[in-house]
Amino acid sequence: MLSTLEPNPTQIKAEKVYQQMGLSDEEFALIENILGRTPNYTETGLFSVMWSEHCSYKNSKPILKKFPITGERVLQGPGEGAGIVDIGDEQAVVFKIESHNHPSAIEPYQGAATGVGGIIRDVFSMGARPIAMLNSLRFGELDSARVRYLFKEVVAGIAGYGNCIGIPTVGGEIQFDPCYEGNPLVNAMCVGLIDHKDIKKGQAHGEGNTVMYVGAKTGRDGIHGATFASEELTAQSSEDRPAVQVGDPFMEKLLLEACLELIHCDALVGIQDMGAAGLISSSAEMASKAGMGIEMNLDLVPQRETGMTAYEMMLSESQERMLIVVKKGREQEIVELFEKYGLEAVGIGTVTSDKQMRLFHQGEIVADVPADALAEEAPVYHKPSKEPSYFAEFQAMENEVPQVDDLKGTLVSLLSQPTVASKEWVYEQYDYMVRTNTVVSPGSDAAVVRIRGTRKALAMTTDCNSRYVYLDPEVGGKIAVAEAARNIVCSGAEPLAITDNLNFGNPEKPEVFWQIEKAADGMSEACRVLETPVIGGNVSLYNETSGTAIYPTPVVGMVGLVTDLDHITTQHFKQNGDLIYLVGETKDEFGGSELQKLLNGKVFGKAPALNVMIEKERQNQVLAAIRAGVVESAHDLSEGGLAVALAECLFANEQLGAQVDIAGNSVSALFSETQSRFLLTVKEENKSEFESLVDAVQIGTVNDSAKLQITNGESTVLEASIEELKDAWKGAIPCFLKSRD
Amino acid sequence: MYKVKVFVTLRESVLDPQGKAVTNSLNSLNYKEVADVRIGKYMELTIEKSERDINEVVNEICTNVLANPVIEDYRYEIEECVTL
Amino acid sequence: MKFAVIVFPGSNCDVDMFHAIQDELGEQVEYVWHDSDSLEEFDGILLPGGFSYGDYLRTGAIARFSNVMKEVIKAAEAGKPVLGVCNGFQILLEAGLLPGAMRRNESLSFICKPVELKVENNQTMFTNAYEPNQTIIIPVAHGEGNYYCDEETLAKLKEKKQIVFTYNQNPNGSLADIAGIINEKGNVLGMMPHPERAVDELLGSADGLKMFQSIVKAWREAHVVNA
Repeated sequence: MLSTLEPNPTQIKAEKVYQQMGLSDEEFALIENILGRTPNYTETGLFSVMWSEHCSYKNSKPILKKFPITGERVLQGPGEGAGIVDIGDEQAVVFKIESHNHPSAIEPYQGAATGVGGIIRDVFSMGARPIAMLNSLRFGELDSARVRYLFKEVVAGIAGYGNCIGIPTVGGEIQFDPCYEGNPLVNAMCVGLIDHKDIKKGQAHGEGNTVMYVGAKTGRDGIHGATFASEELTAQSSEDRPAVQVGDPFMEKLLLEACLELIHCDALVGIQDMGAAGLISSSAEMASKAGMGIEMNLDLVPQRETGMTAYEMMLSESQERMLIVVKKGREQEIVELFEKYGLEAVGIGTVTSDKQMRLFHQGEIVADVPADALAEEAPVYHKPSKEPSYFAEFQAMENEVPQVDDLKGTLVSLLSQPTVASKEWVYEQYDYMVRTNTVVSPGSDAAVVRIRGTRKALAMTTDCNSRYVYLDPEVGGKIAVAEAARNIVCSGAEPLAITDNLNFGNPEKPEVFWQIEKAADGMSEACRVLETPVIGGNVSLYNETSGTAIYPTPVVGMVGLVTDLDHITTQHFKQNGDLIYLVGETKDEFGGSELQKLLNGKVFGKAPALNVMIEKERQNQVLAAIRAGVVESAHDLSEGGLAVALAECLFANEQLGAQVDIAGNSVSALFSETQSRFLLTVKEENKSEFESLVDAVQIGTVNDSAKLQITNGESTVLEASIEELKDAWKGAIPCFLKSRD
Repeated sequence: MYKVKVFVTLRESVLDPQGKAVTNSLNSLNYKEVADVRIGKYMELTIEKSERDINEVVNEICTNVLANPVIEDYRYEIEECVTL
Repeated sequence: MKFAVIVFPGSNCDVDMFHAIQDELGEQVEYVWHDSDSLEEFDGILLPGGFSYGDYLRTGAIARFSNVMKEVIKAAEAGKPVLGVCNGFQILLEAGLLPGAMRRNESLSFICKPVELKVENNQTMFTNAYEPNQTIIIPVAHGEGNYYCDEETLAKLKEKKQIVFTYNQNPNGSLADIAGIINEKGNVLGMMPHPERAVDELLGSADGLKMFQSIVKAWREAHVVNA
């Protein structure tokens, strides 16, 4: 037997074997205390993954408590596979975002692909039909060959999985900055739709009920993946290849269809994805949430490899597997249901009332530990927090307007920055139309997916400008939420709730922990005022390479409800003669701006200020005007300011142009990144009604010149053909990728 | 038991875009001596002995399933192995 | 008229095809699982897009051995309209109902976007509602749509007017800009672009609807004559 090769409890303790698995001396002592004895090798492994940051949130729990998580519409907050929000008519939307940063850094195609697979399972394990995917990606600068490789492979991996399974990838965002060079971020969000009556939870109720294993067989892939995600990337990480799994989207498609059929079967008690920390995490959590225990016979687990130990089976992160609990005596129905899809469903255990996780392998008890201890009782750490020295330095800087001589040349350069440039090269590789519900496809403020058979639709977006968060985590956190809401409102929807993916560096560094705390404070405030509670999410810490942390990147995934298809609005100008309005005044705010980065190659100073109350008021006004039918187009002002926004509004049409008049300092008016601003167009005939609804200033008109002309008083300060601007914007990313490989 | 190694490649006359891309990158990495790359699939089949001739079985599998004769060629190697 | 949408393991445009027929065309439609052994009750057969069997060996290579494919061949022989879109087209090629084969896109990447097609032949049961040489907008979404056949076959396709749709701007490297072809008999059409994704202006184009309307029109005419 292989297990004889494993160290015995005495050796584990004496040789501190547990440390290699990521447990501290104190944690090991706590485990001994819980069990009243020294754990064996398998048990030590179970605790090490369940108590890793990835599964237990032991470092981030005190932070997560800050977030508002309730609201009138919230049907399920954090704690299950995904959060659920009511959208009326007995329907609900289910969504969650999750990171796969570390696997993507070492095997970008499979890392990204399995990230997509995992988040889809989280959504359909709630009983929901996944209807859309979004991705929030961060890479280093594209002039590095390694970055270009990571970028291409991550995009191909997302496409490979999402296209095959047939869920449209409708949106997301990508930013490029040197801080992500060695540690890219791959955050995938899935949105699903469900009828209230079909909502299922991952709970193992009912003593004597059967625990069944469905989906792909278990191999030795990804053992200790959860622990891996909780460590910094080092030079050795590239050799840690076993921690990355290979995705099988075809298997997942079958599993998806089978599980959605299973949801309607009254024999089903509970269902949960086998994600991070695989079989142990799903079983212990299901037992703990139900206040029950589970007994499993590991000999029955479908295995892809021979000679697997209990330790390996419990910790494997093989993909495309689910754990379900079904009523005793109904197992055969379940077997037959899965057989129809060519899948195996195997009874491997029973629900017990003694709250223990008891595992048998080859006739012996190989683990006997309390389910709650694994799932709930990981120690919680309140890490020391310290304001980094850079913060005071940045706060002391004055808001200065950069010196720019060539406004047109600057606009062209900004449009060619990969962060601002068209992402067409990316989203054309994604099937964003399958299931034929995508009304607004990638490239506008938020994607919009209709709900077939109703007049409703869902708007969705992901956002986070991490430069602002780096300069000022609290303000940057607020902006991330506010900008997401602004995008949702611009598409004609009412913001409902958010899911967040907190990507940060090593929390053991007090300066990093301070960033996490402050960002969470800012996000929480914005969520409260904008009435968008946090219904779930993911924490990804230790995003560092060779001791340097990424910018703090709390990605916000937001979903909004369009109450009538007629409200759907895009950013593009629609017709000659429409009036162009700007909502919100412009200040000299360049800290963290695209212009600052372009001119200096780095960011510094204060992040743009944000008053969430004013933000809320303006969003309400804009949404009211859209719903009144008097807004032709709506776009939020973000990276690159007004000039970039104007150009983007003109890229969908070859004939249209605009004549715009600005005042004050032209550089500020055109490129400042002051928050809470919107660019709207309105038909002449709706002018007075619009002005009665929204506090806005008319700054110009749409014409058919195919040119952008900007005047400041008497003088023309910028004039460019749309074709020229569009070429720069559209060509930037393909040009980076083509010319150098 | 036989262990059969099957190689499937695009026919010479058919453009292999993947192979072309790899040729180009090798050349740009200064392996100028690389004139051409063809990418294909390699499959290992374990086949039990039966009354039928093994070559006949393998050819049938290849033409009917593993390769598409319209664009692909195949070749194979057969090794006889001792049953464990 | 009653349509069958064939569902293979891994099909994922089956729902889109179903709704195009039921909601936009207003005809009867049913899903038919890949192991079915009869298509007799159906007047038109639709093979939807997707990744049948993951397309892990070759696109469409495994699906064509499905039980239902024998029935699809029978239906084709009986002269019923058979339409294969995207993966459905790939399956028809593998099954030998149409000549040629698919290669990976020239870019080696999956490509999803609306494209302009030219209706090269509007004298078919699938295209009679289009004008001659009409330009229509239909989305493509595929990784292997780079059509190939030998010169002899191409000459024959041209001569018999079997090339039904071509791309105005070739997105995938396809031979002679071919987007869709029909069999000699004129009742089996395969095309890479997705007409079922272009049946509603809300989603960008309704140019695909005419294709389904053509099928119904041709069927009604035939059945009036027969009656």
